[in-house]
Amino acid sequence: MNTLRRIGFAVLAPVIAVLIAMAATSLVIVATGSESGVGDFWNIILSKPSDRIMVDIVNQTGMIYLSAVAAAVGFRMGLFNIGVEGQYAMGSFAAASFAGGAFLPGFLNVFVSLVIAVVVGALWAGIAGILRTTRGVSEVISTIMLNAIAGILIGYLIDQYGIHGGNSVRTKVIPEGSQVPGWAPFDVASGEIWTLGLIAVFVGIGFWVLLNRTRFGFDLRATGASQTAAVASGIKVNRMVFISMLISGGVAGLIWMPAFFGDAYSYGTTFQAGLGFTGIAVALLGRNQPVGMVFGALLFAFLTAQSNSLTLLTDISASVVQITQGVAVLAVVVAYELVRRARVRIEQRAVAQAPHVQTEEVTA
Amino acid sequence: MAAAAPAAEQDVSAPEVKLVGIGKRFPGVIANHDVEVTIRSATVHALVGENGAGKSTLMKILYGVQKPDDGEILVGGEPRVFKSPSDAIAVGIGMVFQHFMLADNLTALENVVLGAEKLHGIGDVASREFTAISERYGFGLDPDVLVERLGVADRQRLEILKVLYRGAHVIILDEPTAVLVPQEVDSLFENLRDLRSHGHSVLFISHKLDEVLAIADDITVMRRGTTVGEAEPGKVTKRQLAEMMVGSELPSPEATENTVTDVVQLSLQDVTLTDEFGRNLLTDLSFEIHKGEVLGIAGVEGNGQAELVETVMGMRDANAGTIRLGDRDVTEWNTRRLREAGIAYIPEDRQRHGLLLDSPLWENRILGHQTQAPSAVGPWINRGGAREDAGRIVREYDVRTPGIDTLARALSGGNQQKFIVGREMSGDPVVLIASHPTRGVDVGAQAAIWDHIRRARREGLAVLLISADLDELIGLSDRIEVILRGRLVASFDPATVTPQDLGSAMTGGGD
Repeated sequence: MNTLRRIGFAVLAPVIAVLIAMAATSLVIVATGSESGVGDFWNIILSKPSDRIMVDIVNQTGMIYLSAVAAAVGFRMGLFNIGVEGQYAMGSFAAASFAGGAFLPGFLNVFVSLVIAVVVGALWAGIAGILRTTRGVSEVISTIMLNAIAGILIGYLIDQYGIHGGNSVRTKVIPEGSQVPGWAPFDVASGEIWTLGLIAVFVGIGFWVLLNRTRFGFDLRATGASQTAAVASGIKVNRMVFISMLISGGVAGLIWMPAFFGDAYSYGTTFQAGLGFTGIAVALLGRNQPVGMVFGALLFAFLTAQSNSLTLLTDISASVVQITQGVAVLAVVVAYELVRRARVRIEQRAVAQAPHVQTEEVTA
Repeated sequence: MAAAAPAAEQDVSAPEVKLVGIGKRFPGVIANHDVEVTIRSATVHALVGENGAGKSTLMKILYGVQKPDDGEILVGGEPRVFKSPSDAIAVGIGMVFQHFMLADNLTALENVVLGAEKLHGIGDVASREFTAISERYGFGLDPDVLVERLGVADRQRLEILKVLYRGAHVIILDEPTAVLVPQEVDSLFENLRDLRSHGHSVLFISHKLDEVLAIADDITVMRRGTTVGEAEPGKVTKRQLAEMMVGSELPSPEATENTVTDVVQLSLQDVTLTDEFGRNLLTDLSFEIHKGEVLGIAGVEGNGQAELVETVMGMRDANAGTIRLGDRDVTEWNTRRLREAGIAYIPEDRQRHGLLLDSPLWENRILGHQTQAPSAVGPWINRGGAREDAGRIVREYDVRTPGIDTLARALSGGNQQKFIVGREMSGDPVVLIASHPTRGVDVGAQAAIWDHIRRARREGLAVLLISADLDELIGLSDRIEVILRGRLVASFDPATVTPQDLGSAMTGGGD
């Protein structure tokens, strides 16, 4: 199989899925009887984003990508970590509380806070890992429950120790020396691209290297592909489950950090919830591949950011793009399976045509 | 009521079913060839053979799941072509699979009518029909009980009722006794005799010879994809049947010199393994394999062979006893450490344990050797090394593939197995554990794999060979031990042993 064909197979499924999603969205808009019509919808969605929206897309892409990597670490191993949401909430809250305390000066404060975000995210995921390896509790169940517990726990802690102002409550704002300046590619009013968004780049590269170049990554993929073969090859599956949960949770802990140090400066109403679930969808869309998920994250960020203009310019609800996103994920799962089967068929044909095929008859 | 009597209240007359010259090929594997079976009307016909003998392919053909490449199926003398199971049911052939296909949260009746609503509806008529069949054959099933409340034996009766309800006169039962305890087997046989006396035919697939002799009117034996003979239950002994199943012709004496040395490479001392309920799977197992020696383990499947291999490979922990590799005690070692120490492993189920089917061949080269050169350098995977070595295996072991980027799934069974053998023989192993190394592979690959095992022996490896194929065991082994219910019960010299001796020891001495 040549490289070109392999790339073709990899790109085919998501392209089909996005086309199906666009068709489905158009149908919904027609069916709900909008006055503006399908044409207006796509005109707005596909128009060139304004400077401000462009910055927003870049920032959101970074965070969504981190979330997708967190989910993908589990997926590649056959683990369904639905708890990314709770893990990054816990990580974010812990890091924000520590950074707000200003125990350390300047960027050291930032660095240690990031470490805390990773450790707390990992520990929260590790609970599910321990339950799975020692008691056989499905990580799907335990991580969902841990999401709920994280919400309650953070609510309690922030109420007890946070700063109450008006009818909201938040952690202490971090000192100015620990706020990380961003880069404004356009005018100041269009906003800044957060520097810590670079974390997403490093994590992406790290994930690729881990998967494709390390023994650990091979073990991870082998376990995900066939647990029985993994055991026979000498992989300790329980240990792998636990470590992958830690890595998944650790990456999850970082998700909101670019926004926190670049813009929010405290954990409160500014916290952007829901990224954990977006990440799962993007991981599926990007086939858990480091590069594929970049496009998935970009697509989701793009659709969400562009949809903001819908409410102003049309009578179409901005939530319609969630249909596009949802259908894209559903369609991509189906499309990948179809493409996979097609690939196997083509390869089997190639094998059958390989030189000197066995034609010997069995003689009993 | 008599005028509208449901079909189940009349005796049926099952048509004679004849399979003539049936053949079925998959890429690189001949699953069936020249199969001849005649199921006489109103008889219990047993089809026996080892796993991989082609029984399951044959019944899938008869039930319309797969289309034969050659031959024809005659039902009542007329040739029939089945495109799907519904075609088979239409002429009165039904099948009960080994794994039940019942919905737990539906009632017995609902399970039966599901998919057959057109026959008698889903109401009272269906319920009456259900009860009529149940009473007629003494099944004693209540139509309104939830399936989740039924035991295994009742579920099986429900499955049989399901095919009777659909009008089957010829019923295929795939290893029906595998899930039953002895008393349940007896009552199943009562049911089968009832079915027979009412004119039904039963095709009974099994490898439990006692049961076959107890119930069958006719016996057909399959081996390596074809029917090798028929037997009459009254005239044949269990031992003779076993010989027919595993092949009784002694291979021509191999001109291989004796390479056995006196250095013990692998030894087990009183190894005992118990399951979670405390029952012994392996009991006080002891043997030694020297460098350059092949120890063959013979036995009817399910007597502890798989557990023995998994224990030696560190995938299960022995409850007692010692395993030594050379002069080291390796009882507590894990699988990876054992592999690093030079134990090569050809697993019984290559697709589940030996390969990552959806990964390319070169990645499969790494599997099981993740920590060893040329696949790895420290914590890193050496892609170049693994790819190069995968190419070497493909060349040296004659793996027919367009390249090393081909997915393992695309290869035929024989070529997958040759690749596994090549991989496991890489990196100077000292022990080779080969579990059914030629099962399900074509004859060409089989000969090649045998050659590789002989070469391994010549190169001084200690080989543990587990096989259900007595020809293979006798042809390759320096010594054969027989395993029965987790114990080694007899030891033979392959130069003098006859398949009869082995068959007798494998089944516990009786005939």
